[in-house]
Amino acid sequence: MIVFILLFCAFPFLVGVKSYWITVFIFAGIYSLITIGLSLLMGYAGQISLGHAAFFGMGAYTSGLLTTLLNWNPWLALLAALLLTSSAALLIGIPTLRLSGHYLAMATLALGEILVIFFKAEVELTGGPSGFGLIPRLSIFGFVLKRDIEFYFFVWSIVALALVMAMNVIHSRVGRALRSIHGGELAANAMGINTSSYKVQVFVLSAALASLSGSLYAHYVTFVSPTACELKLSVFLVVMVAIGGMHHLWGAIVGTILLTVLPEFLHVFQDFDILAYGLILMIIMIFAPNGLVGALAALIQRLRRRFLAVDSQRRGVI
Amino acid sequence: MGISIWSQILQYLVTGVSIGSIYGMVAIGFNIIYNATGIINFAQGEFVMLGGMIMVTLTAAFGAPVIVAFFLTVAIVALIGGLFERLAIYPLKNAGVLSLIIVTIGGSIVLKGVAMFVWGKESYALPHFSSEEPIPILGASILPQTLWILGAMLLTVVLLTLFFRFTLIGRAMRACSSNRTAAYLVGIDARQMVCLSFILSAAIGAVAGIIITPIALVDYNRGFLLALKGFSAAVLGGLGNSAGAVIAGFLIGILESLGAGLVSSGYKDAIALIVLLVILFVRPSGILGDKEALKHRSF
Amino acid sequence: MGCGLIRADRTPLPQKVEECGTMRNHRIWIIGIALLFVFACGGGDQEPGGAPTQPAETQQAEVQEPIKIGAIFAITGPASFLGEPERNTAMMLAEEINAAGGINGRPIEMLIEDTEGVEDNAVKAVRKLINQEGVCAIIGPSRSGVTMAVVPIMEESEIPLISCAAAEVIVKPVKKWVFKTPQTDSDCVIKIYEHMKTANIEKIAIITGTTGFGDAGRQQLKSIAPTMGITIVADETYGPADTDMTAQLTRIKGTDAQAVVNWSIVAAQSIVPKNMKQLEMDIPLYQSHGFGNIKFVELAGEAAEGILFPAGVLLAVESLPDDHPRKAMLLKYKQDYESKFNANASTFGGHAYDALMLVVDALKAVGDDPAKIRDHIETIKGFHGTAGIFNFSPEDHNGLTKDAFSMITVKNGKFVLFQL
Repeated sequence: MIVFILLFCAFPFLVGVKSYWITVFIFAGIYSLITIGLSLLMGYAGQISLGHAAFFGMGAYTSGLLTTLLNWNPWLALLAALLLTSSAALLIGIPTLRLSGHYLAMATLALGEILVIFFKAEVELTGGPSGFGLIPRLSIFGFVLKRDIEFYFFVWSIVALALVMAMNVIHSRVGRALRSIHGGELAANAMGINTSSYKVQVFVLSAALASLSGSLYAHYVTFVSPTACELKLSVFLVVMVAIGGMHHLWGAIVGTILLTVLPEFLHVFQDFDILAYGLILMIIMIFAPNGLVGALAALIQRLRRRFLAVDSQRRGVI
Repeated sequence: MGISIWSQILQYLVTGVSIGSIYGMVAIGFNIIYNATGIINFAQGEFVMLGGMIMVTLTAAFGAPVIVAFFLTVAIVALIGGLFERLAIYPLKNAGVLSLIIVTIGGSIVLKGVAMFVWGKESYALPHFSSEEPIPILGASILPQTLWILGAMLLTVVLLTLFFRFTLIGRAMRACSSNRTAAYLVGIDARQMVCLSFILSAAIGAVAGIIITPIALVDYNRGFLLALKGFSAAVLGGLGNSAGAVIAGFLIGILESLGAGLVSSGYKDAIALIVLLVILFVRPSGILGDKEALKHRSF
Repeated sequence: MGCGLIRADRTPLPQKVEECGTMRNHRIWIIGIALLFVFACGGGDQEPGGAPTQPAETQQAEVQEPIKIGAIFAITGPASFLGEPERNTAMMLAEEINAAGGINGRPIEMLIEDTEGVEDNAVKAVRKLINQEGVCAIIGPSRSGVTMAVVPIMEESEIPLISCAAAEVIVKPVKKWVFKTPQTDSDCVIKIYEHMKTANIEKIAIITGTTGFGDAGRQQLKSIAPTMGITIVADETYGPADTDMTAQLTRIKGTDAQAVVNWSIVAAQSIVPKNMKQLEMDIPLYQSHGFGNIKFVELAGEAAEGILFPAGVLLAVESLPDDHPRKAMLLKYKQDYESKFNANASTFGGHAYDALMLVVDALKAVGDDPAKIRDHIETIKGFHGTAGIFNFSPEDHNGLTKDAFSMITVKNGKFVLFQL
């Protein structure tokens, strides 16, 4: 954790405070917030969602609309967005989480699509497919987060907080209950764990994180349109979690950073960057079906075992 | 001008059936792979797109007769499907369902990239198989090509049913999907069945692509959105059930078209999706899906 | 694939060791093929001129420092049919300019980034171009929404942006650092409505795509109609991936509309004339300037005959009279583009042409200081572009009037000027 913090503090000074890599990492940070929540939902509660872009969109639109149309304070708008999205997630989660597997994926996907259609159709309110802009920037105690470097530190501190919170969740009673759901829902039920209530709780938590991420996005880009929260994003969020390794919270961060940074390097391939991108996804999944962090953890374990084995052998010789 | 409300409604139904048959065709492809592996193949839409694209190339660029081009296209796409399975799915022996799905997402991106490289970014159309003169039915009209789509779909369903019921390989595939270990014990190689399922559903995807391109056009980016509708139909019908997929395809198509005609074209897709959600909440395993199908593998 | 589908003999469960071996073999295969692909692509893209058109290692001994111009287009993704011709045009022009000795002896370096038509990529790309590369101006993006997303950065960094997107909000209200080259939606609408007046059409139906372009058109169509005595009796939309619009058109058929306006920029717009033909609707069909690609005519086939739409004369350049002041320039662009890329020239590429040439005009006059470029563009008058004759002013950052549009129709599968 400390290494993580140091690394992120040092990063801007390594690449230069005005470097566009700061911008890239701001987006990585914004999406990390969602993937941390998704990782809890997928890796720990064993539920899949293809609708998290919708919660992201809800956060972004609510924040954007309240601040531009009603001149609300951005922080107040952010809280309102959080509240609205969480209640929506609660409402949606109760019937939806009765479904499982692909049916759950389809239901969340449908909900996301409906929301995007709403954003596109309600032109008077949302600006329709063109979106709307002029969203004010965030300020902390009167200090406007105008420069990228400022926003960078702001976003990643929030990511760190979210990570700490998620870790607490995992190590709490809820976390143990969640893992039991993943292990076998029936058995968990039989043990007297109210699985559906825990599932809904995690779902709402992950939606709230997505909403927060959306609000930050709106205040950073200062412009929101339906393309920002389409199904494609939902799919990629799931891919980010899986590539990083869904059974580890760090996997969410690693996957998000990797898939946000990767396209920047693939630009050398020009139009073929999507081809290379797809190939890399496949190769990672084929070689590390449990994600990069999963593979790393397995490797460390194997090395440790081998080391121990060598150790005990040597001891045997002596 | 003006036409009576009844012939309008009839036209909506006809349109719905015509859109729905496209969704149904795509959904059938999903089902075959789902049955064999339990995964949703995100590259299914790309098989459809490739079918359309390769057909365009064979007929327009090489001037092949439609019939020859048709079978050649299906064969090529089937081969791509098989290769895809061997290269990307086969090596992932014991991976979870989610890992497999991510691999198919990667695969779909790759296929899309290849298509962009080969065919560029423009849209293509095919000439209709027969005349383009609409056939009037009681004040509504239907294109002959729609009849081709309907015919191809029914034929596909019938052939698939016969294949799964009466041929040795088809029965072996069914055995694998209902109980892998048991199938293995009686000497069926499940791995080969998975490969076969990819070949089969790629071929069906190609057929779908070929017959819908005259109406729906095709470009390298088309696959994803077709897959989305196809996936909706497959889930609504009950995963793994081809008759259900066809019914669900029609249902979604008709809802969309009635929604566009009678309510609001902006919300037509939303209307179809809301009905889909309601049905899923009432019947969590889809219209024709049985409870058995719900026993999914964990992610 | 020689797969014995069913094992006749009941072989015992294969041994783990053997399994591992085959698995590894497979993996090696996959890597091999993957690498092959990547290399093939990496090698392949150099030929057609990879993005940053290198300033051909200037022949002169005194190598001048190149002038860096940025460009952001939707080269891949759903809007790539816009970004592709724009990118090609920008590359082609840069090569031509450099071959002719550059600008005041300095070569130009085009730095082209792909937005995929998505806002966050555009934000990243613009930051990269400005902070990392230090460009003096940026042309693009292709889409209106994406343009609006990068406007704040341009205003903040004080670098001029010449957008290739059409929506009116880009320049209305005027933003100090932002210009655009495509004609304005409202002018297109006025042109269509004026034409309807001459044909005594008063009641119309509109059908628009649910993209930024389609929606902007829908807004203009609706707001201008009352001022010109036109009633909209049906207002329908369709998604960019829809395959069949007969439902919407049947609804239109049920009204007393005397004409249909189909406003969209995606290929799906070609399905509308086909469906109208299917439903035997013989009222006139008007399209927007988003129809300005002959490909859309090919897709619609016979049904496209007689479609009317306002667009720049670039599309029908062959049917222009020889004394037309811009004919030679348009013809050259069209022929150069078509021979170089073996694809049809479209007005979309033309927007990039105009954007880059405006920047070049400024560079020639005032050098590569961003503030001076901006000030200069604002004073450009009588500039002959592909979209029309541009007259910029501090109040007008588009510089075109409705005269930039001509009514064009489809005849025998070709664009020709519409004559009464």
